[in-house]
Amino acid sequence: MLKQTEGSHAVAEAVALCRPEVICAYPISPQTHIVEALGEMVKGGDLARCEFINVESEFAAMSVAIGASAAGARTYTATASQGLLFMAEAVYNAAGLGLPIVMTDANRAIGAPINIWNDHSDALSMRDSGWIQLFAETNQEALDLHIIAFRLAEELSLPVMVCMDGFILTHAYERVDMPAQAQVDRYLPAYEPRQVLDPRDPVSIGAMVGPEAFSEVRYLAHAKQLQALDRIPVLAAEFAAIFGRESGGLVHPYRTEDAETIVVAMGSVMGTIKDVVDEMRAGGAAIGALGICSYRPAPLAAIRAAVEGAKRVVVVEKSLAVGLGGILATDVRMAMSGLHLHGYTVIAGLGGRPILKSSLHRLFERAGRDDLEHVTFLDLNWDVVNRVLDRERAVRRSGSIAENVLRDVGVTSTPGV
Amino acid sequence: MFQVRIHGRGGQGVVTGAEMLSIAAFLGGRHAQAVPSFGSERTGAPVVAFCRIDDKEIRLREPVMAPDALLIQDPTLLHQVDVFQGLRPDGYILINTNRSFEELGLGEFVAGFRAERLATVPATELALKHVGRPVPNVPLLGGFAAISGLISLDAVIAAIGEKFAGKVADGNIAAATAAYEMVRGATREVTHA
Repeated sequence: MLKQTEGSHAVAEAVALCRPEVICAYPISPQTHIVEALGEMVKGGDLARCEFINVESEFAAMSVAIGASAAGARTYTATASQGLLFMAEAVYNAAGLGLPIVMTDANRAIGAPINIWNDHSDALSMRDSGWIQLFAETNQEALDLHIIAFRLAEELSLPVMVCMDGFILTHAYERVDMPAQAQVDRYLPAYEPRQVLDPRDPVSIGAMVGPEAFSEVRYLAHAKQLQALDRIPVLAAEFAAIFGRESGGLVHPYRTEDAETIVVAMGSVMGTIKDVVDEMRAGGAAIGALGICSYRPAPLAAIRAAVEGAKRVVVVEKSLAVGLGGILATDVRMAMSGLHLHGYTVIAGLGGRPILKSSLHRLFERAGRDDLEHVTFLDLNWDVVNRVLDRERAVRRSGSIAENVLRDVGVTSTPGV
Repeated sequence: MFQVRIHGRGGQGVVTGAEMLSIAAFLGGRHAQAVPSFGSERTGAPVVAFCRIDDKEIRLREPVMAPDALLIQDPTLLHQVDVFQGLRPDGYILINTNRSFEELGLGEFVAGFRAERLATVPATELALKHVGRPVPNVPLLGGFAAISGLISLDAVIAAIGEKFAGKVADGNIAAATAAYEMVRGATREVTHA
């Protein structure tokens, strides 16, 4: 059914349609609306046979999710930013134990400096945890990916993180097509665990593994991700057959045939990029875009197939590998190895800075002339940066960088949130 | 694509106003996207929210840079924030006030705009009268329906029904309808002048 609703609410409804049995959550902006809505559904009796557990922290949220999932319950939680970092140890454990938990990450920057706005730093900090990580371009895809996530997680016995841009998607009202319960039931069978803690048939989960077997267990985690590479396109096709729309899959190519410049990105910025691609195509530029939906597993072959006919690849990412450059770009470079293409990394949208169409136009035009640095920080205020660097050269006690930058840009206090 | 920017202060329902505008546009068969400009959530602090309306899927995720319409929920912002930034020369301006553009000191500024696309409406007074609280967002949507014709009053009333229930919904419907009538009356005078 078509409806106009908030992204968070759409996701909450989709999660409810997946018939979760345990939801454990700790509120942190910008995911709070999702678990609030689910809490209301459980309390109001709309979500039958589901226990909503208020926990005392994100670490507890993931720990409870691990216990619930190990006991055979379909389990969901959501987090963001510092919350994801706080649960990090348990995040690794959930994957290492092979428990099919589904978690929403409403993507948000990581401090310091404190910042509640959107970027992809939180999710990408967990890229090696063993979780499957899927990125949504729109609220429609965000809600669809949760349905796909439960199916994928339970088939493989691996946890899946659905990443959606905090605020930009979670707080956006837009049109979504909310599936019917019967469609979701057809797509997502009842959970049949591969391993389960059952007092009637006692087993242990979570053995200590020494050097004699640790590598094999870790390899099998890698092998699971490689299996996911095969299953994700199949599950996307099955999704399309039942729900009548394309969602999920490994990558989303957009006007890449005959493109000389291909822009690679993840998440909601793909929408803005597609608009810019259309405008530049209308002006005769041979440009296309590639959205990465499956960040982990990394779809190296699909990326390579999409870009190999191009002359250059511009990765626009909302993340920064400090001391290196791009995080997504590093994966894309790996997919391109041996191809003689120009590769550019663009760090954009950090901490909620809007990624403007006008800026992207200028950026892609420069890329088309191969007039870009290898790493570009989009719309960086160089005056302010240089002022801080000058000050640090001149004075030993130059003060806190964040406070200095705020003073230089003319902001005196951070708004309370 | 038609782009609306709503300026107000924390507590005036700026974000809810944009969301309801998007619901009204959706009910009218259009695609719509409403997003708040995130950050400050303090009562009284300047707040901005956006709504885009189009006949096709809206993919753009940047803030509204060049609005086709401005809804100004608090005229005291005129002295604090550059609310008119990027406004298109044929744009719509709707201000919550019981004063005129001339009385607000904007006579000269709006001289180049199309007169039938400018309106003021005492939305806070209407909200106090009908809802009992100083929340100008919903009556302004009634005013916007009248000035722009982009959404119908019926769609605004239906959107109210999606967000509110009971007495609050009834009060908001009355306030939106009153604002609609006032703005429609005023713009008729302009077009027949």
